[in-house]
Amino acid sequence: MSSQLLTYIFVGLSFALYIGIAIWSRASSTNEFYVAGKGVNPVANGMATAADWMSAASFISMAGLISFLGKDGAVYLMGWTGGYVLLALLLAPYLRKFGQYTVPDFIGTRYYSKTARLVAVLCLIFISFTYVAGQMRGVGIVFSRFLEVEINVGVIIGMIVVFFYAVLGGMKGITYTQVAQYCVMIFAYLVPAIFISILITGNPIPQLGFGDTLVNSSTYLLDKLDQLSVDLGFNAYTENTKSNIDIFCITAALMFGTAGLPHVIVRFFTVPKVSDARKSAGYALVFIALLYTTAPAVAAFSRVNFIESIQEKSYIDSPDWFKNWENIGLIAWQDKNEDGFINYSAGKPFEGSRPIFSNGTGTQGEREIENTPINDNSNEVYIDRDIMVLANPEIAKLPAWVMALVAAGGLAAALSTAAGLLLVISSSISHDLLKKTFMPKINERQELFYARCSAAVAILIAGLFGIYPPAFVAQVVAFAFGLAASTIFPALLLGIFSKRLNKEGAIAGMLAGLLFTASYIIYFKFLFSELDSSSYWLWGISPEGIGFLGMIINFAVAALVSSVSSKPPIEVAQMVDKIRLP
Amino acid sequence: MKSSYNNFFKTNKIMSPQDYWKANLKLLAVLLLIWFIISFGFGIVLSDFLDQFSLGGFKLGFWFAQQGSIYGFVILIFIYVFAMYRLEKKINKKEEENE
Repeated sequence: MSSQLLTYIFVGLSFALYIGIAIWSRASSTNEFYVAGKGVNPVANGMATAADWMSAASFISMAGLISFLGKDGAVYLMGWTGGYVLLALLLAPYLRKFGQYTVPDFIGTRYYSKTARLVAVLCLIFISFTYVAGQMRGVGIVFSRFLEVEINVGVIIGMIVVFFYAVLGGMKGITYTQVAQYCVMIFAYLVPAIFISILITGNPIPQLGFGDTLVNSSTYLLDKLDQLSVDLGFNAYTENTKSNIDIFCITAALMFGTAGLPHVIVRFFTVPKVSDARKSAGYALVFIALLYTTAPAVAAFSRVNFIESIQEKSYIDSPDWFKNWENIGLIAWQDKNEDGFINYSAGKPFEGSRPIFSNGTGTQGEREIENTPINDNSNEVYIDRDIMVLANPEIAKLPAWVMALVAAGGLAAALSTAAGLLLVISSSISHDLLKKTFMPKINERQELFYARCSAAVAILIAGLFGIYPPAFVAQVVAFAFGLAASTIFPALLLGIFSKRLNKEGAIAGMLAGLLFTASYIIYFKFLFSELDSSSYWLWGISPEGIGFLGMIINFAVAALVSSVSSKPPIEVAQMVDKIRLP
Repeated sequence: MKSSYNNFFKTNKIMSPQDYWKANLKLLAVLLLIWFIISFGFGIVLSDFLDQFSLGGFKLGFWFAQQGSIYGFVILIFIYVFAMYRLEKKINKKEEENE
């Protein structure tokens, strides 16, 4: 059976499963649509949270990113898991006790203010759309490489599937499809990782194989990788290249940002009891850690495999995967020294951030590119880091069904996250904007109808992002986490742990965090991107890490403004007392 | 006499909400300190120093940065789950089910 046919079967079966679950778990009330009737078992919610959280970026891009970053890649590993400790200890149980539907609900009630609610809704919508755009790109990549359909067709198919279970099922439908998607995703991630671990180190557990010796050798994998990297002119794999303060701030911004992401927080509203919210965060992190501790192993394995399978091979004899990915433009080769061999080393191969292909072919049959070569280094290879996980099974010559599985897993990761995000967008519109602010008279049936409409509109917008990807997607990821860390997280934390914080303080804090973080990122990422290097950064903190500073500014401004204005009303203090008890 | 005995017995058995909250904050402080040490401490600030030791084929600092801190996070959450389970028993109040 051809690998293409297998991929169609795997992807088709998984999609049929998701739609089947959607029909089985339709939502019939706003309570079911927003929070799945608060009846989700904590283990199931843990799986759903893990699928919700692990996006196309985690599944497809992260290991690739780490394999090129080496030890610096730890910012993502720690940053995207450590936030769950904060969630379980500081936020989830109290917000569950509060017992409403959305994150702006809490902020609006705790700070007795429609303005605070609106500021929260704005941040939430911006964060969520930023994120969705990335998911749809992931869907497009998987479809175009493995099913060889147009990216646009792929995005539209993805939209239809999400439409089914998000619009019909709301949170209830999304929860149970996410459980299924987690299973597909983790199986698809672990199977090739285990295979490759056995091939390279003989150890079936990737987390251990990562620190083991190579097959038929007494050299440790990581020592070998350090050696290879240094020989090719890179930094040693196990050493940092970023400064400690930058690593510290990026990790912190990602951790506090994770704890402030609305689509993650809202998952803890769906469990029956307060203690379940804590348990559920623990299970979620177990399920996430399964992938996150495997990812750095996959990163190291694929780096070794990648280097060894192409370095100094003639292009004509280069492996199929190299040419397949070249065909869709994510790998390019420019024979700078005209020897017909692939030379891979540190340095940019040519001018420009992406290859521009002409229609012709070069002397060896490679796709010709028009970029001007850079001749101060010998590197001839351009590779998009996003392809490492998808290409890994091919690079390691695993059977075709493993590749089909990885394609289905990548789609599960992208679709599950997209659905979770679309739900928080739609509920913040129908619940926070319409019901609680502008149209308080609508009844429950009308609210449910508006929730479905806004989910449908959000899917359309997300689809447009996938078909016409805005050029700034990569830059705005820093934005999503920076904003969550500097606006939503402090407002939630102070709302629970301080009774003195009033609405003036909270609003001023959120606005100060928002303004500081947004202007720093816009300055370096959009206005003066040529200045985006450590010599110009404030105290050496990159735009990715600035959300941490924004958060501290938020805390300081909130405390200061609160201390010079009146105490919050007595009802608010009573509410805080109530949510603190189990 | 009898009532003071009851009161004495009660304060031993049933925690006041204030004490419950204080105990919770103390627990949070300890766990968050460990959280900070294993990630920002061992994984980042002290990582280069720890790299002179090794754990199998891993340099220790590298292991904390890419593996150990994550295992630590999981353990911390479950310690909190069990500690709070015991604390909630002390306050001796049935959890209210919301809606």
